[in-house]
Amino acid sequence: MAELLAPAASHDHDHKPHGWRRWVYATNHKDIGTMYLVFACTMFFIGGFMAILIRLELFKPGLQFFDPQFFNSMTTMHALIMIFGAVMPAWTGLANWMIPMQIGAPDMALPRLNNFSFWILPFAFTLLLSSLFVPGGAPAGGWTMYPPLVLQTGASFPILIFSIHLMGASSILGAINVIVTIVNMRAPGMTLLRMPLFVWTWLITAYLLIAVMPVLAGAVTMLLTDHFFGTTFFTAAGGGDPVMFQHIFWFFGHPEVYILILPAFGIVSEVVPTFSRKPLFGYEAMVYAVASIAFLSFIVWAHHMFTVGMPLAAQLFFMLSTMLIAVPTGVKVFNWTATMWKGSLSFEPPMLFALAFLFLFTVGGFSGLMLAIVPADYQYQDSYFVVAHFHYVLVPGAVFGIMAGVYYWLPKWTGRMYDLKLATWHFWLSAIFVNVLFFPQHFLGLAGMPRRIPDYAVQFTDWNMVSSIGAFGFGLAQLLFPYIIWKCARSGEHVGKKAWEGAHGLEWELPSPPPYHSWITPPSDAVIARGAEH
Amino acid sequence: MPRGVTEISRKIYDLHMEIFWVCVAIAVVVFGAMIWSIITYRKSRGAIPDGTLVHNTKVEVIWTVVPVFILIAMAVPAARTLVEIEDTTKTELTIKVTGFQWGWNYDYLDQGVSYYSRLDRRSDAARELLSGIDPHTVDHYLLNVDHPLVVPVDTKVRLLITAADVIHSWWVPALGVKKDAIPGFVNEAWFKVDPDKPGLYRGQCAELCGRDHAFMPIVVDVRSKAEFAAWLKEKAARAQAAAPPAAPAVTPSAAPAAPTTASRATAS
Repeated sequence: MAELLAPAASHDHDHKPHGWRRWVYATNHKDIGTMYLVFACTMFFIGGFMAILIRLELFKPGLQFFDPQFFNSMTTMHALIMIFGAVMPAWTGLANWMIPMQIGAPDMALPRLNNFSFWILPFAFTLLLSSLFVPGGAPAGGWTMYPPLVLQTGASFPILIFSIHLMGASSILGAINVIVTIVNMRAPGMTLLRMPLFVWTWLITAYLLIAVMPVLAGAVTMLLTDHFFGTTFFTAAGGGDPVMFQHIFWFFGHPEVYILILPAFGIVSEVVPTFSRKPLFGYEAMVYAVASIAFLSFIVWAHHMFTVGMPLAAQLFFMLSTMLIAVPTGVKVFNWTATMWKGSLSFEPPMLFALAFLFLFTVGGFSGLMLAIVPADYQYQDSYFVVAHFHYVLVPGAVFGIMAGVYYWLPKWTGRMYDLKLATWHFWLSAIFVNVLFFPQHFLGLAGMPRRIPDYAVQFTDWNMVSSIGAFGFGLAQLLFPYIIWKCARSGEHVGKKAWEGAHGLEWELPSPPPYHSWITPPSDAVIARGAEH
Repeated sequence: MPRGVTEISRKIYDLHMEIFWVCVAIAVVVFGAMIWSIITYRKSRGAIPDGTLVHNTKVEVIWTVVPVFILIAMAVPAARTLVEIEDTTKTELTIKVTGFQWGWNYDYLDQGVSYYSRLDRRSDAARELLSGIDPHTVDHYLLNVDHPLVVPVDTKVRLLITAADVIHSWWVPALGVKKDAIPGFVNEAWFKVDPDKPGLYRGQCAELCGRDHAFMPIVVDVRSKAEFAAWLKEKAARAQAAAPPAAPAVTPSAAPAAPTTASRATAS
């Protein structure tokens, strides 16, 4: 499949490696982007398979399939794989493909670094997955790795820590590349406020990554020395503080959730105008809103831990700062709505996914607002209500954003149109099942079901069954996704430069598929201005 | 969410419902505008895009400022309730709660009564992998314990919550209390059950604490003041009788491996 996604390159005379060398020695942004996306898709299915196992065990009360320890491993691994293996690499893959094309550059600024940052990932995740086979099983202390529990992990403990170091290194290198590319490689005339929002959101995301991944690396390194070298950073018996880990972790963790969602904001801001045939409403406000969300993400971390027993003043501060995030987020949702207002809408698959994003991400935003209210949070914290909340922002949020992006740009990458009917089926099945899967989890949480449990009291049975059925349906529907891409790359109808009637932006000024080195001569100012009609 | 049986739990419930309806109202407006656009401005219905509609300072200021006021309106009652929750003064009974892998220890500090509370035997047998016991046949499957926490009605009960090994969290929805039990820390929480609401109230550990995290429920047995006094007297007498003569009557007991020496009070 990967070969088929390659640009038709018969007309250029670059000496570029072929066969396996093309991928192992890859320095081309499109090849590396493709590898990132294929890797992310693979991880999405591995992590998804774990989710199916989780929902299988939760279909009925009583333990039918797994030991509780294995169940805990599944929840832990599912989260790590989906966050670090599926969503983050998918965004980096899209950044690799699109940023040079969107800013009028020939390639990413640092191609060998690009190669390195990708090739770390297969090793990191092979390592992490290998922990399933070591004595004591895979890590089971939750992806949040709270000590002292995580220090009880068996032989897989150093594997967990080292694979996280590798993932973090990969992310930092990728982020450096994005920043350097955007800052230095823009075509003359591509001013900052002419950049497409996908580029803007990625620029801000990259800064978040550089700011917080080292914090995570530091936190897990302290866990490592606590475990092996007798330090007591997080052990009360030695004068350490287990709550300190949570503060450090969530100082990374909250910006991290925006790392997962901000590029989706960018994609929706590209897709909605295209299929509304109208420029984005309030472009500058959108840029400032993303920047303020990113800033606020650094001062809200403790809302993940309201029940640890913080001083009243701290709880009030984190409640108010968290509620404040609703303001720029609201601005974004209102602007997207205003973009559709008095437009001329059509409903191709990327638009469908973007619309589902608008509705369902907003639902996740509402539950997020509820969670900010500290007294109510005492009841929601660590219940299925939280599980419903973050899956609403991550699945119909981040994942649907990725799907919208892939369906939007796939014709550009391959020069071929995919089966629109089948993709529409993929959309409707996903959109329906994702709600069957996650909406009942709100009810379960409010009814008092804690998260991360393999077995539950019988009054939770009905909604768990519904949720599991939704999971099976959602999982099956996703199999359509790689099939649609494969079919498109093989036998889709050829498309011209501009695959969508209402599309704007530099990528649509290049042929489909684009040449090996995207913009060898920078686009003229007139072309840039035409693309930047926002 | 249950309305619960304490004033605080009802206030939390009211806050929850209030925010919920605010969200519903916003959703009606926002989703309404989206649905309206989706239906009205379709290309298939011949809609012509209005390309001039790209910016409107007045509207943008309005939809930035109005949410701020809505948020303030939500934050004020929330902050007020939070201040009440954090007020742990004037408590009448203090119980130390220690979470361990996997159960709870309750220690009535001033009466020298202390005991363990674990998953009851019927649930424990049924929850084994492929036990062959239908959970529906077990009374309060996974939500029943051998020895519940016994407290009186209409009394401000203070809990001092800590843990012996890893972090746990003591959660009883009907009381509106969830507080993490952290080794080396003592957290405070309190509840006061309505005079007319004695009964059994159930909850679970809410912080992942290892293999049997799902199997350490909490049951609070709320009794009338007289019944509670009688129960406590009998318990205290039995504890006295059981204690070896040399040992002090009040043993600051904790779970087996409790690092009591490292206890450090940080409660605010």
